[in-house]
Amino acid sequence: MRREIPLAITFLVGLFMLVDFFVPHHSVSAAAEEMKQWGTIVIAASILLGVGNLIRVHYRKIRRKQDGWGYSITTLVAMSVMLYFGGPWGTIAEGSAFNWMFLNMQVPLQSTMFSLLAFFIASAAYRAFRLRSAEAGLLLVAAIIVMLGRVPLGQLLTRGLPEKATLPWLTETIMTYPNMAAFRGILMGAALGVMAMGLRIILGIERSYLGGEK
Amino acid sequence: MSEGFDLRRIDRRIIFVLVLVAVVWPLIAPLRLPMDVSPPVQNLYNTIEEIPAGSIVMLAGDYSPDTMPELQPMTDTFLRHAFRNDLRVVVACLWPASPPLVERALLPLADEFGKVDGVDYVNLGYMAGGTVTLLGMGASIPNTFPSDYSGTPVREIPLMQEVQNFDDIAFVMEISAGTPGTREWVQQVQSRFRVALGSGTTAVGAPNFYPYVQSGQLVGLLGGLKGAAEYETLLEYPGLATKGMDAQSVVHALIVVFIILGNVAYFAARRKGRA
Amino acid sequence: MKRTWLTFLAAAAVATSLLGAAVAQEAAPVVEEEVPREDVPLDTVAPAAPGALTARDYLDSNDAGDKIELDWELSPDDGAGSCDVAGYFLWRSRSASSPGEIVAELPSGQTHYVDRNLEPGAEYFYSITAFDGTNESAAVTCAPVAGRVNLFQTSRASILALMLVFFGLVLVFTKLAERGDELFVRRIPGLNAIEEAVGRATEMGRPVLYVPGIGEIDNIMTIASLTILSHVAKITARYETPLIVPTARAVVMSAAEEVVKQAYTEVGQPDAYNPDNIRYLSDAQFAFAGAVNGIMLREKPAANLYMGAFWAESLLLAETGFEAGAIQVAGTAMVSQLPFFVTACDFTLMGEELYAASAYLSREPKLLGGLKGSDWMKVVTIALVVLGAVLNFMGFETFVNWFRTQ
Repeated sequence: MRREIPLAITFLVGLFMLVDFFVPHHSVSAAAEEMKQWGTIVIAASILLGVGNLIRVHYRKIRRKQDGWGYSITTLVAMSVMLYFGGPWGTIAEGSAFNWMFLNMQVPLQSTMFSLLAFFIASAAYRAFRLRSAEAGLLLVAAIIVMLGRVPLGQLLTRGLPEKATLPWLTETIMTYPNMAAFRGILMGAALGVMAMGLRIILGIERSYLGGEK
Repeated sequence: MSEGFDLRRIDRRIIFVLVLVAVVWPLIAPLRLPMDVSPPVQNLYNTIEEIPAGSIVMLAGDYSPDTMPELQPMTDTFLRHAFRNDLRVVVACLWPASPPLVERALLPLADEFGKVDGVDYVNLGYMAGGTVTLLGMGASIPNTFPSDYSGTPVREIPLMQEVQNFDDIAFVMEISAGTPGTREWVQQVQSRFRVALGSGTTAVGAPNFYPYVQSGQLVGLLGGLKGAAEYETLLEYPGLATKGMDAQSVVHALIVVFIILGNVAYFAARRKGRA
Repeated sequence: MKRTWLTFLAAAAVATSLLGAAVAQEAAPVVEEEVPREDVPLDTVAPAAPGALTARDYLDSNDAGDKIELDWELSPDDGAGSCDVAGYFLWRSRSASSPGEIVAELPSGQTHYVDRNLEPGAEYFYSITAFDGTNESAAVTCAPVAGRVNLFQTSRASILALMLVFFGLVLVFTKLAERGDELFVRRIPGLNAIEEAVGRATEMGRPVLYVPGIGEIDNIMTIASLTILSHVAKITARYETPLIVPTARAVVMSAAEEVVKQAYTEVGQPDAYNPDNIRYLSDAQFAFAGAVNGIMLREKPAANLYMGAFWAESLLLAETGFEAGAIQVAGTAMVSQLPFFVTACDFTLMGEELYAASAYLSREPKLLGGLKGSDWMKVVTIALVVLGAVLNFMGFETFVNWFRTQ
């Protein structure tokens, strides 16, 4: 029964959502909308599970004084402080402590992490873009054209040339034709993969999300 | 190569320092490079220009602080465009970090254009659920967002009396950094409810959505900082994106230099190995 | 030598920006002359009536039969002729003998309207007039129309047909596989590399790091990742290699706990399962990336497996893993992240190879049947694309239009 009930729910709900896609009758849509609201609530509630796991893992690390337990204290303290200020006083009030911490700590931290990509892309490009074969050469040339054509510098470098020889035109052509064709091919293949996987989940053949076969 | 410096294996930190210089230099000494407008951006601008004054448009903020540098200028410029053309704006977000980021752009612009909260614009805030929320909005936006970002019930908001679902929205501008984002809006909203949809995304994500621009499911697309800068150019309001393009130009050129140098060293070493 | 190269590189960076500054010209702002608007002259002549009016039942995804869709042609005086049409009045009545009431006042230039909250099945009579502020044109009417509750969204018939073809193919190949027929599946190097990576980690006595992406549990890539995780967990359980699974979503963490625990139990090593190794880190994308990078640098896994849905953090993870010296295998259907993984990882599963993994690894007939079914569906899709392109080129658009869902 531990397996059968979730599988039955998956089958019935999956089938119903499929029916909802094809049948516009308002009774079907109303029921589907209700189910979607339940889905919203379940996903929002699951955050409690994550917080519980976080506390358990880091508390254990602190208690056993494992490597890096100082960072665990930082994590738990940061989480508690945000919860404390966000709870009673609300999260969005202009001038609230939570709002201040979000805008002046979390926002800059996230932006900083994202900006690391600029440096990592440069080091990865330098290391990996070697002309090892004809295909690599094609990739290299296309990458250089698009990198320069995507910025005003590319427009500047080929100013005065006929339109079809300018970097922006070449960039737009590469992005619109070969690039998009390849993307479409991968998207179609992936979409079929998703359909196959979805079918397996609805029919109960794929049970990995429940913990496996038995 | 046995002594000293091997060009095939430059220390990463040297690369990082050079990238830092390349980014900071143009911000201190702007280059003011000229800019052409690409067709997807032009189409987006033209579509918004054709919307009659007084119509209601939606801004979907689906991004977080890490992608602010690329996407916040798009939010700014779209709101400026909408308010300039007397369009009324409903903001709805599927990412929890988006509402305060949109407010950052919304409040100063509302002041500048003399727009009134609840009458000319409303920020409905964030609702969890992603795709589920989009489908809910298709049936009823007030039911899906029962109150606005500051907690006022929607039934008390004058603007929301005219908004039931996507039939009442003339255009949706979707600013997204990932999922739920553009793909979900196209698949769940544009294809079901046939509302005009435009999108602004990061430069990395933009190529994914060219098929939708070609098929007409997206009326236009702003790709990355360049897209935002082109949009600013059309609005004749050079903002953050335009300034950022100078820095981006130099860094792109630097990466090209690195790639060329890396290959020069690679071939030199191969020739040496063969000799 | 080192200093010379450094100086050269720094000079290259400076020269690049100076080049731009030397030749760039400031774009002069464009100032448009304001064209004064002409006031609409008041007169005693009514504008010309609008063109033909058509009304039909409006079909949408929440069809209660309570909406009517109306289209009309613009009045000849709207934007042309005397150019004095200010808008249109839309009239609705329950009988043919009276014009009824105005249900909408529409601006000039509009040719479409959806009338809502009507009585399903009831007959309505519509008419439309153009007005210029003082005068109203003659009314244009159309045949009576009633809203109808629909049981099938006809614009999606093509999707249903393709779906049935696909399911049919899957069924056929599943039956063939169950019958014992040999179904060829090509070698996928990335999947073979996973076992090698785990073996290497075991030899070095270091853990395996498995990142199931940052997608939610309703993302199919995440579910595909959990299937591969089950397979990896069985190998690490057999070799007694620690397996660390950091997650960015609480529900995914719960599912991963179940998967790994079950895998260890099946291999007969339930005591080796360590729940502290399945860790929820953060929903925030870059906080998660920072935390995983921390795990890589502190706990030094010898094998990093990235399977699932990734976004911008992909390169942060892969580059850090490369610098830490781990062997890396990635798998994702996020096309925008594939270039980063291909650059920084040793093997990459691209797109549907991730979804094929469960069939490939288990070789179960039902799963193989699904895999072959999708492959043959790709052949069908290619044939339809080619046929559609040829027919479109020859001017026969009906075939392609049938596939449009909007």
